[in-house]
Amino acid sequence: MEYILIFITAVFVNNIVLAQFLGICPFLGVSKKVSTALGMTGAVTFVMILATIVTFIVQKTVLDPFHIGFMQTITFILIIAALVQMVEIILKKVSPSLYQALGVFLPLITTNCAVLGVAIMVIQKDFNLLQSVVFAGSTALGFGLALTIFAGIREQLELTDLPKGLKGSPIALITAGLLAMAFMGFSGIV
Amino acid sequence: MNNLKVFTNGLFRENPTFALLLGMCPTLGVTTSAGNGMGMGLATAFVLIMSNLVIALVANIIPDKIRIPSFIVIIAAFVTVVDLCMAAYLPALHASLGLFIPLIVVNCIVLGRAEAFASKNRVIPSIFDGLGMGLGFTFSLTLLGAIREFLGSGKMFNLSIYPDNFGMLIFVLAPGAFIALGYLIAIVNRIRAKH
Repeated sequence: MEYILIFITAVFVNNIVLAQFLGICPFLGVSKKVSTALGMTGAVTFVMILATIVTFIVQKTVLDPFHIGFMQTITFILIIAALVQMVEIILKKVSPSLYQALGVFLPLITTNCAVLGVAIMVIQKDFNLLQSVVFAGSTALGFGLALTIFAGIREQLELTDLPKGLKGSPIALITAGLLAMAFMGFSGIV
Repeated sequence: MNNLKVFTNGLFRENPTFALLLGMCPTLGVTTSAGNGMGMGLATAFVLIMSNLVIALVANIIPDKIRIPSFIVIIAAFVTVVDLCMAAYLPALHASLGLFIPLIVVNCIVLGRAEAFASKNRVIPSIFDGLGMGLGFTFSLTLLGAIREFLGSGKMFNLSIYPDNFGMLIFVLAPGAFIALGYLIAIVNRIRAKH
């Protein structure tokens, strides 16, 4: 039950993009087509779960026992950067087809604040390892949900006739606002 | 003269928020009030100036292959400095900005300027670039914060202007951030097109 609650909260109620404003760059950057949105979702899910597990273990086994919690930011960002590089290298060797699908998105993920954000949030919320994995997975799913819906809307938006000033990013932001409003409807669930 | 140009470049022509659309997460996330926006902007400006300065100094020593990781470590060090100082001296602001302070590390503006400007230029212009970009960012965050605070709760920098039960709550909540920024960019684009 507890895990279901974490899942629903992370996907719908506290959606990472639309309620917490993390990962806006890829949300606006790679949401022009549904297919790229799905690719990005796959890459983010993979890295987010992996990064959360590794940073969680490092926090509990290195940072906490030695009382160097203030090194958290530096340590976590280095772990994430290294992890992304490693995943890229391994994926290239082991599964070229998956690399083909996710490859272009991987370098972008280092600067996706959602990944670092989730790693820090998990520590702040005092989750255990399993809760953290569920939280990371469902947050990534929430990111994917918002991204895919938004990409679908933007594909339609391409064809509409807009006032000149609103073209491009302004209308994308306003659409995201309306989407966020729709997601606010979920706030009664939990 | 040249430094002045670099400085105003970040402030207006290549304003990180309105022209480059960088650093959108804190722009949307912390601008529930003008004060928060300003605090976040100044914190980012400090990190920008300091990291630009250090990176301009050491850019020639760092091998090309480990350039980006080295930059990230330098930036993360200054973010930690800001984080600890703010927690000590401005605990209220630190609490309301929360997660977004450590996330300055992954703010694309900081790494973007390090890579695009500081690594190729000398120290003094790099400082001016950091200053211009940082203040440009502060300006846009404060502006957006002021608009949202005014429409949402009838206040400006915590000073009550009209009774807050007339405010449109939506502008303080998440959707208002997107909508306000969308219209703001549209207006800026319009002004830009005329000049």
